[in-house]
Amino acid sequence: MLEIKNLMAKVEGKNILKGINLRVKPGEVHAIMGPNGSGKSTLASVLVGRSAYEITGGEVLFEGKDLLALKAEERARAGVFLAFQYPVEIPGVNCTYFLKMALNEIRKSRGLEPLDAVDFLALMKEKMKYLELSESLLSRAVNEGFSGGEKKRNEVFQMAILDPKLAILDETDSGLDIDALKVVAEGVNRLKRPDNAQIVITHYQRLLDYIVPDFVHVLYNGRIVKSGGKDLALELEERGYDWIISAVSEAAPN
Amino acid sequence: MDNGTDALNSFVQSEYKYGFVTDVEVDAVAPGLNEDVIRLISRKKQEPEFLLEWRLKAYRHWLTMKEPTWPNVKYPPINYQDIVYYSAPKKSGEGPKNLSEVDPKILETYNKLGIPLHEQERLAGVAVDAVFDSVSVATTFRGKLSELGIIFCSFSEAVQHHPDLIKKYLGSVVPYTDNFFTALNSAVFSDGSFCYIPKGVRCPMELSTYFRINAANTGQFERTLIVAEDGSTVSYLEGCTAPMRDNNQLHAAVVELLALDNANIKYSTVQNWYPGDAEGKGGIFNFVTKRGLAKGINSKISWTQVETGSAITWKYPSVVLLGENSIGEFYSVALTNHYQQADTGTKMIHVGRNTRSTIVSKGISAGRGQNSYRGLVRVQKSAVGARNFSQCDSLLLGDKCGAHTFPYIEVRNPTARVEHEASTSRIGEDQIFYCNQRGLPTQDAVNMIVNGYCKEVFKQLPMEFAVEAQKLLGVSLEGSVG
Repeated sequence: MLEIKNLMAKVEGKNILKGINLRVKPGEVHAIMGPNGSGKSTLASVLVGRSAYEITGGEVLFEGKDLLALKAEERARAGVFLAFQYPVEIPGVNCTYFLKMALNEIRKSRGLEPLDAVDFLALMKEKMKYLELSESLLSRAVNEGFSGGEKKRNEVFQMAILDPKLAILDETDSGLDIDALKVVAEGVNRLKRPDNAQIVITHYQRLLDYIVPDFVHVLYNGRIVKSGGKDLALELEERGYDWIISAVSEAAPN
Repeated sequence: MDNGTDALNSFVQSEYKYGFVTDVEVDAVAPGLNEDVIRLISRKKQEPEFLLEWRLKAYRHWLTMKEPTWPNVKYPPINYQDIVYYSAPKKSGEGPKNLSEVDPKILETYNKLGIPLHEQERLAGVAVDAVFDSVSVATTFRGKLSELGIIFCSFSEAVQHHPDLIKKYLGSVVPYTDNFFTALNSAVFSDGSFCYIPKGVRCPMELSTYFRINAANTGQFERTLIVAEDGSTVSYLEGCTAPMRDNNQLHAAVVELLALDNANIKYSTVQNWYPGDAEGKGGIFNFVTKRGLAKGINSKISWTQVETGSAITWKYPSVVLLGENSIGEFYSVALTNHYQQADTGTKMIHVGRNTRSTIVSKGISAGRGQNSYRGLVRVQKSAVGARNFSQCDSLLLGDKCGAHTFPYIEVRNPTARVEHEASTSRIGEDQIFYCNQRGLPTQDAVNMIVNGYCKEVFKQLPMEFAVEAQKLLGVSLEGSVG
């Protein structure tokens, strides 16, 4: 589904990604972990087409197509979704209206008829239950005045409505208490199917207690320095990142 | 650097869709202004003596006045002797009695603007008093309205057929001495609309006037007067577009509204005059005085405006709240793009007891536009229990535009309650990117955010206008986002 080959990127003249390689197949959940500043969020931003980042090398194929050649909105329509680490507030734009516009834009690009208000409302009601989102929240402006937890739940709710092929969750656990974390993780798990995939970016292992990954990758200094199964996350929880970092530094001092 | 910025920048670059000139024979007076020109205008319009005298008094007063320099706008000096003060489409004999007698070219112009008069009569339920340059060429629905005793006609006709009403009310809300431009307008006004709603009558349809500036170098000096007698209700719509031009055109209109006991006047404007090109050349100078007098008890006057046009706008639709319990409202969206400048806002003058006013102003600046809100809330000593709520928001698109706020609050009665809220925000690149990431293209994202921001004002507009206003905002913002 997704194939990242030797991806390099910089922002404001600084090299952040220094050759990322990653393959994600349908039905898989990949966790990307790593210390702060290792390039995790940059990777997410580059994949969804934030133009502040300059691609300096490598390629990314999404379902065989050159993802990097697409505009941000085209990537979204192709089925790439980002649950933002810091969802932005859009005052004056109603949550429901926003999501209906987005869904119908995506449907249009796939040659589907737009959903009318009645059908859309029915879809919303169905998806809302899992995320314990109140209806009153969705009649407000996008993210405006939402608590941190509400914003994150709203991200996963949007993911549920838009039904992406590849969902990237950028530090979705940050700022959540344990109950909210469970709700969000539960929501994400429900969306897992054999024909879609998830990339979960996180600093801490605790999210991976609830969203169980098939693969865990450690990102450090712009490269994936270690990959493994879900046990790697547990090991990281116990031992921290230092042992990997020092191993890497010894192998390739720079 | 980001999608956001490029999109914002390219978004502001779109051509004015209504830039065309209709080739009509024009009966025009030579440029320049003196007492002879005023006499000539008055004679051409076969006006009664009192009106000529009034014009001349206004002219003489104007000569003693100076053009105001306090607005936060910049423009080259206007030579008032270069302006043509009267022009009218040539008539062969009598004026047109119905649409079929109207010059087909004029009708074609309206059709290009999407104002099919023929259809409007049947479909829209809107009575249109279409002002082409300075003389009304078509009026519809008059028959139906006159059955109710409502007078809705061009100002010139009102002068001929209802001189007593004109004599009684003209200048009663905005005296010719009010300011430089009202004095000028009073001296040379060519035409406009007159509307009179008799006691207890609720006007059954929205009244509408489409203004259109057409002949080159013709300053338009419209005069609108609406009188709502005791217990009457009227909703009046004004909408305009103008053809593309190189020379700046001066437009100095005066609108007077008078609401007597328990009367209710709603005045809505969608203004889309030529704003000048992307470099700031050309465009209309719109120096307008609009004022309502809520004279009667429980009377209400409400202004709603959506302003996207004109190179320079100087305009403060105001309400003088004289009657006890009277209400004044002002809802405004003012957009400046490219090199447009707007200094606009309102005045709410509380005189009567328990008078209430609401101000909701939404300024949008894009490109190199400069948008100033200037508002006065004055509570006189006599206004026991007066209340005002003002909300004044500015939205910036891009980093070369400006938003300015000049609120004036004068309270002379201790029982008054005055609230003022203000905010300035920017459509952020992160907001646009968020929309992009959900599949929405940048322009749709900007339109959605801007429309959301203006929602409070749009919902005050009559339905058909609200839709038009949203479209207009979209068109006016095309190319403004980067």
